[in-house]
Amino acid sequence: MNYFPDEVIEHVFDFVTSHKDRNAISLVCKSWYKIERYSRQKVFIGNCYAINPERLLRRFPCLKSLTLKGKPHFADFNLVPHEWGGFVLPWIEALARSRVGLEELRLKRMVVTDESLELLSRSFVNFKSLVLVSCEGFTTDGLASIAANCRHLRDLDLQENEIDDHRGQWLSCFPDTCTTLVTLNFACLEGETNLVALERLVARSPNLKSLKLNRAVPLDALARLMACAPQIVDLGVGSYENDPDSESYLKLMAVIKKCTSLRSLSGFLEAAPHCLSAFHPICHNLTSLNLSYAAEIHGSHLIKLIQHCKKLQRLWILDSIGDKGLEVVASTCKELQELRVFPSDLLGGGNTAVTEEGLVAISAGCPKLHSILYFCQQMTNAALVTVAKNCPNFIRFRLCILEPNKPDHVTSQPLDEGFGAIVKACKSLRRLSLSGLLTDQVFLYIGMYANQLEMLSIAFAGDTDKGMLYVLNGCKKMKKLEIRDSPFGDTALLADVSKYETMRSLWMSSCEVTLSGCKRLAEKAPWLNVEIINENDNNRMEENGHEGRQKVDKLYLYRTVVGTRMDAPPFVWIL
Amino acid sequence: MMGSVELNLRETELCLGLPGGDTVAPVTGNKRGFSETVDLKLNLNNEPANKEGSTTHDVVTFDSKEKSACPKDPAKPPAKAQVVGWPPVRSYRKNVMVSCQKSSGGPEAAAFVKVSMDGAPYLRKIDLRMYKSYDELSNALSNMFSSFTMGKHGGEEGMIDFMNERKLMDLVNSWDYVPSYEDKDGDWMLVGDVPWPMFVDTCKRLRLMKGSDAIGLAPRAMEKCKSRA
Repeated sequence: MNYFPDEVIEHVFDFVTSHKDRNAISLVCKSWYKIERYSRQKVFIGNCYAINPERLLRRFPCLKSLTLKGKPHFADFNLVPHEWGGFVLPWIEALARSRVGLEELRLKRMVVTDESLELLSRSFVNFKSLVLVSCEGFTTDGLASIAANCRHLRDLDLQENEIDDHRGQWLSCFPDTCTTLVTLNFACLEGETNLVALERLVARSPNLKSLKLNRAVPLDALARLMACAPQIVDLGVGSYENDPDSESYLKLMAVIKKCTSLRSLSGFLEAAPHCLSAFHPICHNLTSLNLSYAAEIHGSHLIKLIQHCKKLQRLWILDSIGDKGLEVVASTCKELQELRVFPSDLLGGGNTAVTEEGLVAISAGCPKLHSILYFCQQMTNAALVTVAKNCPNFIRFRLCILEPNKPDHVTSQPLDEGFGAIVKACKSLRRLSLSGLLTDQVFLYIGMYANQLEMLSIAFAGDTDKGMLYVLNGCKKMKKLEIRDSPFGDTALLADVSKYETMRSLWMSSCEVTLSGCKRLAEKAPWLNVEIINENDNNRMEENGHEGRQKVDKLYLYRTVVGTRMDAPPFVWIL
Repeated sequence: MMGSVELNLRETELCLGLPGGDTVAPVTGNKRGFSETVDLKLNLNNEPANKEGSTTHDVVTFDSKEKSACPKDPAKPPAKAQVVGWPPVRSYRKNVMVSCQKSSGGPEAAAFVKVSMDGAPYLRKIDLRMYKSYDELSNALSNMFSSFTMGKHGGEEGMIDFMNERKLMDLVNSWDYVPSYEDKDGDWMLVGDVPWPMFVDTCKRLRLMKGSDAIGLAPRAMEKCKSRA
């Protein structure tokens, strides 16, 4: 291939889209490295502290699309202090300075300020797409600058962000000339919505495919919106409360019937379940249904809706559906590939959760299932063995038994054999979350069989350092390992320091790791940032530092090519 | 003391044979066997020369394991609510679901609202159900934001009079600030208009407004007050 001129090779490279393949290409020879470097437009950075924006821009000067991730995954569960870091502002500043032609920015778990959004909106003439997932730190004022200044905006996708809603008229900041929107998702906004501005915006966006509304958009507004945008493919319903005899409900019924493009339905943040039948006529088209925020839809209304959804590939739902409801899913949704069952009763007390019966039914009825997240009350080894036999195609298997350390409720045995069966049967498993009573044995199985595993979440599991060692030694493709409340210590941490060079990150909280262990690790591996997060008591560890036997509350370590970050708050020590 | 000696002995026994070597090593390709990793561990162990380095080290791990055995004891698992971050449900989802359950008349959950103060660089979050009256809330708020209100006395006289009249406004040390809240209908109201329980149910967020900004709100609140009287 080196006989070809560079332009030809570059053209061939254009067809290689996966980051993995492009990385491989750049390692072939110097000339390919160079061609790849100048032709790469999409860059994914899984940890914003593993590299800095200057290095990024030096390597990929023609960058157009950037995906950045900030805080560790456990931040989702409140395990990372709020002020830990993950600021996007320095990135946007550097990108703006370099005059790169940024068109797309996707951020996950980052701190985004209004200032960042303002700068973003003014710096890149062709900016098209902003996707924010689980971000925080900004308000509707920042969104207003995006709306007002990004003339070619196609996607504004706000997923599960914590946004301070100033009830500003941000929706009315889209200029009348803005007609390019394809995605508009503001379901996570809490405040009022300017319905007039919204309706006008939707009416002048002929390409709009995905629209997700917040709970301030009522049913009658939905009817009007869908009347002028029947081309919508992906709809997130806001508030869905009305009288089934009302005029607006009848209007909605008529309108929805015409929305034959609808493939994905979500939302129903507030809902009157008896009004759901308006959607029945289009249910047979749906491939994706997310009712995991629709706490008010349950029982027969829910079952009836699902019985119409025969083509579902993805279903997110609350456990109020019950084992019986899951059996209906199993017998209806033969195309199902991804299922998530979330707990509905987070305050404890209720016994609504599903059990192993529902999981077994799903595995028997849905042969194409490859991803599951399942919050349940109880589990047995026998059930897991059956599931492994029924569904050997799992890529993601996340099981959360709500009560920590809960054994097989029939035999009172640990669930080692059950999870062992899963890793043994599912050869392409990439992501696994464990729960329930588990000994080192389960990690022996994981190390032995889970060859493709990239992310493993461990909580309240294992007995000794051996458990973690099995995983570190066995899982060659491991990228992210996160562990909490498990008795793994310095021995496991220090056993193979070079392993962390091949991993993106390791999180250990409430384990047995000591300060001296972490220090030793940092000495041995200067290319690692070893962060100790010590929220409660800043001085305690320093005082006892010379002893070093002090257990570390939270340890987060990751490889980096740019050394220690400068923006760490006082409670984060970087060794 | 006796106990620890016993532990040491037991641990020594456990380790005298093959330190960890009796465990079946995972059998895959070129993977490092478990015994090798133990060697690695021993190499790393830079403790002062010891007759049996492994013993010392293992004692440590054993001790720590003992400590952790309490919370890990399957017989008494930590109660669901006590474990931070468990079950692993995104805090965003938790907040949304809790507010859902509240609105659908479930058990009284915490009523978290954000508190902003004009000019303060950050917001705070408080649980309204922790307070029993406007007075208690008032005290809490003035403590919370005291650093921003110090030395700012002498605001607008009109506001002072108005608020003296309505004692419930006595929220912040400084008269410069007027507590207002957004109710369920999205209207901004002055704090103190309605009975406390109704306030807790309807308040979506609190804002300590600069007195001058609150003037627009005042007449409305007074009207509502009069019409009730």
